[in-house]
Amino acid sequence: MLTVENIHKHYEGKPLLRGVSFEVGAGETVCLLGASGSGKSTLLRIIAGLEEAESGRVLWEGHDLRGVPVHERRFGLMFQDYALFPHRSVAQNVAFGLRMQNLPPAQIEQRVQEVLRRVNLNQFADRRVTDLSGGEQQRVALARALAPRPRLLMLDEPLGALDRALREELGQFLREVLHESGVPAIYVTHDQEEAFMIADRLILLHEGRVAQDGSPSRVVQQPASVWVARFLGLTNLLPGRVVNRQPLTVQTEIGVFCPVDCAEPPALNEAVTLLIRPGGLAGASADEQFNNFTGEVRDVIFRGEGYRLTLASGGHNLSFHVPQALPAGWQGRLAVQPEALWCLRQGEHNGDD
Amino acid sequence: MNFFSTAPAARRSPEGQPPASAIWQALALWLAPLAFLIIFFFVPLGSILSVSARGLITDGLSPAAVERLWRALGFTFYQAALSTLLTVLVGLPGAYVFARFDFPAKRLLRLLSTLPFILPTVVVAAAFNALIGPRGWFNLLAMEWLNLPAPPFNLLNSLAAILLAHVFYNTTIILRVVGSAWEQLDPRLEAAARVLGASPWRAFREVTLPLLRPSLLAAALLVFLFDFTSFGVILLLGGARYATLEVEIYIQALHLLNLPLAGLLSLVQLLCTLLLTVVYTRVASRLNIPLTPRLHGEGAAAPVSLRQKLLVGGVVLVLFTLLVLPLTALAARSVARLEPARGQRGGFESGLTLDYYRELFVNRRGSLFYVPPIEAARNSLLYAGLTVGISLALGLPAAAALSRRSPLNRLLDPLLMLPLGASAVTLGLGFILTFNRPPLEARSFPLLIPIAHSLVAFPFVVRTLTPVLNSIPLNLRQAAAVLGASPLRVWLEVDLPILARAALVAAIFSFTISLGEFGATSFLARPEYPTLPVAIFRFISQPGGLNYGQALAMSTLLLLVCGLGIALLERVRLPEERSL
Repeated sequence: MLTVENIHKHYEGKPLLRGVSFEVGAGETVCLLGASGSGKSTLLRIIAGLEEAESGRVLWEGHDLRGVPVHERRFGLMFQDYALFPHRSVAQNVAFGLRMQNLPPAQIEQRVQEVLRRVNLNQFADRRVTDLSGGEQQRVALARALAPRPRLLMLDEPLGALDRALREELGQFLREVLHESGVPAIYVTHDQEEAFMIADRLILLHEGRVAQDGSPSRVVQQPASVWVARFLGLTNLLPGRVVNRQPLTVQTEIGVFCPVDCAEPPALNEAVTLLIRPGGLAGASADEQFNNFTGEVRDVIFRGEGYRLTLASGGHNLSFHVPQALPAGWQGRLAVQPEALWCLRQGEHNGDD
Repeated sequence: MNFFSTAPAARRSPEGQPPASAIWQALALWLAPLAFLIIFFFVPLGSILSVSARGLITDGLSPAAVERLWRALGFTFYQAALSTLLTVLVGLPGAYVFARFDFPAKRLLRLLSTLPFILPTVVVAAAFNALIGPRGWFNLLAMEWLNLPAPPFNLLNSLAAILLAHVFYNTTIILRVVGSAWEQLDPRLEAAARVLGASPWRAFREVTLPLLRPSLLAAALLVFLFDFTSFGVILLLGGARYATLEVEIYIQALHLLNLPLAGLLSLVQLLCTLLLTVVYTRVASRLNIPLTPRLHGEGAAAPVSLRQKLLVGGVVLVLFTLLVLPLTALAARSVARLEPARGQRGGFESGLTLDYYRELFVNRRGSLFYVPPIEAARNSLLYAGLTVGISLALGLPAAAALSRRSPLNRLLDPLLMLPLGASAVTLGLGFILTFNRPPLEARSFPLLIPIAHSLVAFPFVVRTLTPVLNSIPLNLRQAAAVLGASPLRVWLEVDLPILARAALVAAIFSFTISLGEFGATSFLARPEYPTLPVAIFRFISQPGGLNYGQALAMSTLLLLVCGLGIALLERVRLPEERSL
């Protein structure tokens, strides 16, 4: 339905978006995930028509939206901090978009009631928006964005201003409302937990480009680059070299790993980065040819369901989620499950940190 | 007990009654300012009241007088409403551009827009005269190019000239008040309306305008108030046909010597301004209630689209033209010899000259005064110096008293601001009526002029000093004390440096107010002790190129001094003012 093609945009003289392309299908909730300042909000503003891209196109069902003014795009945008109209009541805020469509008052009234009921705010219709709590304001903003039945809903960090407990609750609620309404949505956030909770599909933005586009589980299982891996908190990254292509075998400073999975097979002797997923520690092992290393337990943190072990090995720090703890200071040889191995191709690995 | 040591404790005790000693201290601080106000403001006001009442009782009101009163009142409202409307129309796009865009000349334009705050009315009138008057640039250039025998445009002595000068004066108020409110307004609110399907105009009408309404209303009321009490501009640019209340008071009192009618007009005028002030204060107090906490929206950005560029360019051009053109015209005209050559049609003597300035030092026979015109500059500086002294000497204790928590404040604060409501012409009339009787003769007592000026400057001085005194945080003093400063040292090291800048600002204000004051001075100045504005008025009203040139030369001098004042103010800006 929505197609974004090769968007370029500078901000204060620096390139912000450098060729962003993606699509949003019917009824799909897509999360734009990226660090703050990565241009996510600007992208939303460009799609909404509030800002113009320097080059590239935004298409809706194949029609270029260039020249279509903001108010004729029929997209919904829920702003960060909500941007509720302070001089209007809750109901008047929600009714605003309906009035702009020149609907008859009775119908507006009915739709406002309906939407407010959906977000559990029907008791609040006549309140001033400035008297509401953060969570209530957020729901008003959602109701206001949904009421005119937009063709596409965009949400800019909708949970950003709320505290942790409320985020869980409202995130769940947002997910339900979005799926129930069936409206395609673009959801912007910098918080991966939030993105996993909401998204059918993740789009990661990095340095003005789409770093990866895929389902949450796929993105986590098979990150497309070292940056994506790091951004998702996958830190067991080891520089290595391909010593055999079939099966793919990677030699690192701490050992040789085989067979390693990958998106596209690298060349022989190519410098690659090996990712060991945090759940991949198999336990103590003998000195085998592949998939083990010697390490020392540096730190053990209890995480409720299991432990997080931090191991030092050959100058690298590796951390794993394990069901049973090893004592700090423990030294020995540990095995890795081959399913936990993933090879990252592009040589943009820049040392450990 | 030390004066300084008790002050902070008495000032910031959030609960409980202030101790009795604090009330006595407050009273002591109030004594001089109050005595001054009573003698020089309320007594003269009383004189006006009694003279007009006696006049009414003995002679009654002639139908002609009633008609004059109504006509003056009607015209005053009419021109003020029209001026306000025009000012809003010019100022609103300016406020928008200032709030939402960055452009190269922004700083300069902002600085320029402070000029009208401080420019004397006679200077502005002279500047517009130099631009659109019969001897002004427009007419002279048209005569030169089109080879005409007489000035083709008759823009002076018209309503248009009055409106133009008022727009010049008050656009700044719209720019500042509405502009800063607009800056505070989250641009996302308008964006939200747009995304919800509102066209740009509809988003403005339904979201931006309602949110700006309080500030717009307050600014418009203030502009209206200033236009309503405008005197110098109307007398100098409007001519005899356009009499506002102020001008009518002046004519009745000084030309027709009908003091009772003048008094009555003064009272009507005072009543109107008080009413307007009350409305304004109520509207302005609503401004202080923040609608929403400021959301961190996008700030000002450079214009991007062609439409934005055109808008910004257009607004900048209009504002520059409005603010700069008359003043440059004035300065340029004061050094330009541009006289139709005698006996020749359309010929011109032209060239640069300093004759008009040189002539200021000459006491010509048959001149308008008994002294060389430059004496007026000397008098003005002397009066201005005295005004600074008097207004600070009274303003400091008043501000100190106001910044303490005292039950007296609620009563006395509005009292202090009353002189703002009374027009300068009313002050002048009151002084004449009160002090112009034996043993005192108002016009032979030159100190009355700086006293009148101090009354005008006093509210500004108090308004400048009080917030600064209030803004010195108590913990700053406590920190100094904990670090080992004695109470006196605390005052010297903490209060004084902060207050000194405010006092300097107040001094510059009262200095320039005195330099430019025309209304009261026109009643009080004797021919041998003219001030610059009075001299300018007299010279510009007379025929002859030399008189005209001298008026412009004096206006230019005044302009330069005021410009210097602005530059100084910019240097010593107070932290509170930065938000403006």
